[in-house]
Amino acid sequence: MKPGEKQAKQKKKMMRDWLFLGITIVIVVVLLSVFPEKTEPVTSTAQEYFIEMMVILPAVMIIMGLFAVYISDKTVVKHLGKTSGIKGIALAILIGALPTGPLYVAFPMAATLLKKGARVSNIIVFLSAWACIKIPQEMVEFRFLGAEFMFLRLILTVVFVIIMGIIIEKIIKWSKRGNKMDVKRGVN
Amino acid sequence: MNITAIIINGIAVAALILAFIKDKDKAVQSLKMAGKSFIKMLPMVFIIIIAIGLLLGFVPPEQISRFVGEQSGAGGVLLIGVAGALMHIPALLSFPLAASILESGASVTAVAAFITTLTMIGMITLPLEIKILGKKMALLRNGISFVIAILIAFIMGVIL
Repeated sequence: MKPGEKQAKQKKKMMRDWLFLGITIVIVVVLLSVFPEKTEPVTSTAQEYFIEMMVILPAVMIIMGLFAVYISDKTVVKHLGKTSGIKGIALAILIGALPTGPLYVAFPMAATLLKKGARVSNIIVFLSAWACIKIPQEMVEFRFLGAEFMFLRLILTVVFVIIMGIIIEKIIKWSKRGNKMDVKRGVN
Repeated sequence: MNITAIIINGIAVAALILAFIKDKDKAVQSLKMAGKSFIKMLPMVFIIIIAIGLLLGFVPPEQISRFVGEQSGAGGVLLIGVAGALMHIPALLSFPLAASILESGASVTAVAAFITTLTMIGMITLPLEIKILGKKMALLRNGISFVIAILIAFIMGVIL
């Protein structure tokens, strides 16, 4: 994707979000004018959650911005490409967990790593960690859902993500072997 | 201000000061990036906040707990898991939303299923994932993620 094209796409997405917000506000105004007795509970709940979010979101954004600038794609690829085994998996989780951008940013990195010969299981763990074990997410989860909930979900996620990585690696290896046999037999 | 907010803000300020001491240009670049992402997220923040207000103000807790509460069973969990997989809201904003439905009667299992499928599975980004990583890997990752998300949710429901 060209930079200009990407920018235009992002702009379009922003416009769409603001439009959605406009529609949402219209719905609220209509609903509250039909049920005026609901105005108090709706506004007080919204206000409470707004304050909760505003005291942490700017800080979270700053932390993410710093990491995005200081840790480049190249650093990630360099460190993940050459380690394997338990160390590789641990590193994949740690790097995935760093406070950086959304998941689709990680796809090209994963593709580069695969081309460089990194293990499929590590790539899956890396992508999954990137998607759902990010440090800023854990902080916000801690704040809103409590320590017990956050830590338990974190531990379970790490365990299951590793299992998933191993399963997917097995399936892909197995299907590749199948393909090769097909080629030998001349089926392909 | 609560303790978590103070710690997060403290880390942000400390990291920012360190960045400015080390390399001013990079620090400014990070701040710009942070500002941009914040503005980009802002309309979604307002939408979520309004949605939470409406949800807690209009939908009685009995309704919420009937669909995704303790007694709703596996069906409710699967339903909210699918909703999480289809929705496209930033993970950071899913937690206040999850907290609000938990507050009004949803079960721990349902909330865990929602957050986990929401963060792990991206239906909107799936075409891009297929294009970059191949059909097999992308479909396997998203498919198995759904299964483990539901498993994680049920284990959490049993423990908490």
